[in-house]
Amino acid sequence: MLGFTALELARIQFGFTISFHIIFPAITIGLASYLVVLEACWLRTGRTLYRDLYHFWSKIFAVNFGMGVVSGLVMAYQFGTNWSFFSDFAGSVTGPLLAYEVLTAFFLEAGFLGVMLFGWQRVGPALHFMATAMVALGTLVSATWILASNSWMQTPQGYEIVDGRVVPTDWLAIIFNPSFPYRLVHMSVAAFLATALLVGASAAWHLLRGTDNAAIRKMFMMALWMVAIVAPIQAMIGDAHGLNTLKHQPAKIAAMEGHWRHGAPGEGVPLIVFGWPDMEREQTRFKVEIPRLGSIILTHSLDGQVPALTDFAPRDRPNATIVFWSFRTMVGLGMLMILLGVSGLLLRWRGTVWHNKAFLRFAICMGPAGIVAILAGWFTTEVGRQPWVVYGVMRTADAVSRHGVAALGTTLAIFIVVYIAVFGTGIAYLLRLIRKGPVIDEGAHPETGGPGLPRTPARPMSAARKSDRDDAAASTPTSAEEN
Amino acid sequence: MGIDLSIIWAVIILFGIMMYIVMDGFDLGIGILYPCFPDRHERDVIMNTVAPVWDGNETWLVLGGAGLLAAFPLAYSVILSALYLPLMFMLVGLVFRGVAFEFRFKALDHERHFWDKAFIGGSITATFFQGVALGAYIQGFPVEGRAFAGGPLDWVTPFALFCGLGLLAAYALLGSTWLIMKTEGPLQDHAYRITRVLVWALLAAIAIISLWTPLIDARIAARWFTFPNLLWFAPVPLLVAACAWRLLRALAGRKNRQPFLYTLALIFLGYTGLGISVWPHIVPPGISIWQAAAPAQSQGFALVGAVLIIPVILAYTVWSYYVFRGKVRVGEGYH
Ligand code: HDD
Ligand code: HEM
Ligand code: HEM
Repeated sequence: MLGFTALELARIQFGFTISFHIIFPAITIGLASYLVVLEACWLRTGRTLYRDLYHFWSKIFAVNFGMGVVSGLVMAYQFGTNWSFFSDFAGSVTGPLLAYEVLTAFFLEAGFLGVMLFGWQRVGPALHFMATAMVALGTLVSATWILASNSWMQTPQGYEIVDGRVVPTDWLAIIFNPSFPYRLVHMSVAAFLATALLVGASAAWHLLRGTDNAAIRKMFMMALWMVAIVAPIQAMIGDAHGLNTLKHQPAKIAAMEGHWRHGAPGEGVPLIVFGWPDMEREQTRFKVEIPRLGSIILTHSLDGQVPALTDFAPRDRPNATIVFWSFRTMVGLGMLMILLGVSGLLLRWRGTVWHNKAFLRFAICMGPAGIVAILAGWFTTEVGRQPWVVYGVMRTADAVSRHGVAALGTTLAIFIVVYIAVFGTGIAYLLRLIRKGPVIDEGAHPETGGPGLPRTPARPMSAARKSDRDDAAASTPTSAEEN
Repeated sequence: MGIDLSIIWAVIILFGIMMYIVMDGFDLGIGILYPCFPDRHERDVIMNTVAPVWDGNETWLVLGGAGLLAAFPLAYSVILSALYLPLMFMLVGLVFRGVAFEFRFKALDHERHFWDKAFIGGSITATFFQGVALGAYIQGFPVEGRAFAGGPLDWVTPFALFCGLGLLAAYALLGSTWLIMKTEGPLQDHAYRITRVLVWALLAAIAIISLWTPLIDARIAARWFTFPNLLWFAPVPLLVAACAWRLLRALAGRKNRQPFLYTLALIFLGYTGLGISVWPHIVPPGISIWQAAAPAQSQGFALVGAVLIIPVILAYTVWSYYVFRGKVRVGEGYH
C-alpha cells in the first residue's frame, strides 16, 4: 500500500494506535489524582466549591477514561497480532509484567470506577472517597508496570537467552532496570503537568469569557501552582533522564543532538539549537549552534566528549531528523510551561491574574501543550531506540509478524478512520463539557432513599445528565424524565 | 517438580476467559438486543443496568490476553497472528460499544441515535468475531517452526462463521435474562418474551456445534466417542438438557433470577464441552500447553500475583455489584 513495506505498515499501525492511547491515560492519571485532592478538600473543609469542581471534572474524567480503556484494549492485543516474533521471543518478560498490570491496576481501576462515578448516593462519603483513591492508585500502578516493561525493552537486564528465547533470571533487576526510575518519574510528572495545563486552560477560557466565580478561580490557582512548581522539576528530571540515556543508549543521544562527528580534541561538543540532520549526507545542515554547551549539559565539563552518529554503522543509527525535532519540541514546550507558571504567580502576586487578557490567552494556548510534549517525548524515546525493539538484543525487523501488506493496509485504514471519527467526537464532547463549566451547588441535593432501597438515588446524578449539555434549558432536580 | 505450572496456568486462563464470556457476555448481549427496545427511556434503563460494571467485565478479556502472553507466549503469538483480522474487527467493535456508554449520554438529542447504532453495531461485531475466532481456534492452525503458516483469510469457514452466530445467540440470551433480573414492568415482560425465543436458538446452536465438531476433526470424535471417555463425558449433554428444561420452567414461572443462573449454567457446560474437545492442546491441533509454556521463572513469578490477587479482585467485584444491586427503574439511572 502506497509503497510501504509490511514492516513499515506494522510500525505505523503501532505508533498510530499507541499515540492515541497515551493521550487518554495521561489525562486519566492526572485527573484521577486531582479528583482525590478535590474530594479530600471537600471532606475536610466542607466548602461546596470543591464538591462542585469534583462533579465537573469527574464527568470529563468519565469520558476520557472510556476512551483510554478501549484504545488500551487494542494495545494489549497488538503485541501478538503485529509483533508475534517479539511476543514469542520476549513474552516471558513482558507477559508477566503486563499480567501484573492487569491484576493490580486495571481491575482496581475498573472495580472502583463504577462506585466513584455512579455511587455518590449509594455509599457513604468515606467509602466514596476510598473508591476515588483506589481509582487514582490504579492509574499510577498501571503506569508503573507498563513503564517497567517499556524500560526493560530500552535497557534490558536480568535475563539470559536460552534456545533463542529470553529467560528471566532476576525479576528485581528486570523491573528496576537502569532507565525505569527516570522514565516512571518523568512520565508521571508529565501526566500531572498535562492535566494541570488542561485545567488551567479551561479556567482561563471561562475567565476570558467573563464567567468569574470562586470555583473557576480556585481551579485556575490550583493549576497554576501545579505548573509553577512541577514544570521546573520536570526539566531537572529530564536532564537526569538524558544523562542516563547517554550511558545506556548513546546512539539515541547522538541523534537527539544531531551530533555526527567528533571535533578537534579540547574543542568540546557544541549544542545545536536548530538545524536539519540529514541522514544521507551524514551531517546536520543549516545549523545554529552554541559552542561547548553540549559538553556542559551532557558531561558537566567544558570539553567532555559524547558519542557521535558516525561512531555507529549506518544500519544501527536511529532516524536523527525525527528524534532531533521531537526532542526540541518537548524541551521547547517545557520551557514555555516554566514561563507560564512563573508569570502566572507573578501576576497573582500583583493581583491582575484574573483579568490579564494576554496571560489568559497564553494559558489557553498552553492547554494542549502537555499532551503534545508527551507525544514528542515518546517519539524521541521510541524512534531513538530504533532499529532495536529490545535494545541491542532484537531488531524491530525480526519482531514483526508475517502479515501481508494487504491485511495490514486494510486494518491500518480502518483504525485511522475509526480512531479519528470516534476519538475526534469524544474530544469534541470533552470540550463541550468543559465549556459548560462547573455548576454551582451541583450535587447539593443528597436525597437519600428512593422507593424501597436506602440510598437509592431519587433523582439521576453524577457522571452525565442531560443538564450537562448546552441545550439543556432545565437542570432542575425534577428533570427525572429526561433520564 | 511437584506442581505443574503449565496446568495451573491453563486453568487460570480458562477461568479468566470463562469470567469474560459470562460477564461481558451479558453486556454485549444487551447491545445485541438493543434494537428490540426502541423506546428512548427503556434504552436508558437498559444501559444503566450495566454502566457501572461493564469496564470491569471487559478487563477479564485483557487478563486472558496478558495471562496467555505471560504463561504461553508461543500460543499468544501464533493464535493472535493467525486470528489477526477477526481479532482486529472484534477490537474495532469493542471500541464503538465501549465509548457508546459515555458518549450516548453526552450527545445532543439529534446525535444520540448515532451512538445507539454504534452500541448495537459494536456489540454485534465484537460478539460475532469472537465466535468466529473461537470456531477457527477449534479447527486449528497450521504451524511451521514457531510461527503461524496459514493465510490471512483461513478463518473464513462455514463452521467458524456458524460459531459466530451461535455466540450471538448465547450472549443475547445472557443479556435478556440479565434484563429480566434487573428490570421490571413492561420492560421485563418484553425481556421474558425475547428470552423464550432465544433459549431455543441457543439450544439449536449448541446441538449443531456439538454434532459438527466431531465431524470436522477425527481426534475430537475419538476424544468423545471412544469407550471409557463416553461414560465420563456423558453427563455434559445430559446436564445441558436438564438445565434447558429448568430454564424453560423458570421462564414459565416468571422467576426473576433463575433464568439468568440457568443460562450461566448452560454456557458453562457448552464451554466445558469445548474444553474437553481441545485439551491439552493450546494451539490445536499440534501444540500442547507444555510445548508453548514460558520458562518456569515467568510462570512462577506471575502465578504468585495471580493466586494472591485474583481472590481480592473477586471480592471487590462482588462488592461493586452489591452496591448496585436491585432493579433499575425508568428515570432512576445512575446517569
Ligand atoms: C503511562 C501510562 C500508560 C502507558 C505508557 C500505557 N498505558 Fe494503557 N492505560 C493506562 C496507562 C498507560 C491507564 C491510565 O491505566 C489506563 C487509561 C485509562 C484506563 O482505563 O487505564 C490504561 C488503559 C489500558 C487498557 C484498558 C484497561 C481496562 O480495561 O481497564 C489496556 C489493555 C492497556 N492500557 C494496555 C496498554 C498497553 C499494551 C500499552 C503499551 C503498549 C499501554 N497500555 C501503554
Ligand atoms: C505510550 C506512549 C508511547 C508512544 C507514544 C509510543 C510511540 C511509539 C512509536 C511512534 C513507535 C514507532 C517507532 C518507529 O517505528 O520508528 C513505537 C514503537 C514501539 N513501541 Fe512505543 N510508544 C509508547 C509506549 C510504549 C510502551 C509503553 C511500550 C511497551 C510496553 C512500547 C512498545 C513499543 C514497541 C514494541 C515498538 C516497536 C514497534 C515499532 O518499532 O514500531 N511503546 N512506539
Ligand atoms: C524541559 C526539559 C525536558 C527535558 C530536558 C526532557 C528530557 C527528556 C529526555 C532526554 C527524554 C528521552 C529519554 C530516553 O532516552 O528515552 C525524554 C522523554 C520524555 N519526555 Fe521529556 N524532557 C523535558 C520536558 C518534558 C515535558 C515538559 C514533558 C511533558 C509534559 C515531557 C515528557 C516526556 C515523555 C512522555 C517522554 C517519553 C518517556 C520517557 O522516556 O520518559 N518531557 N525527556
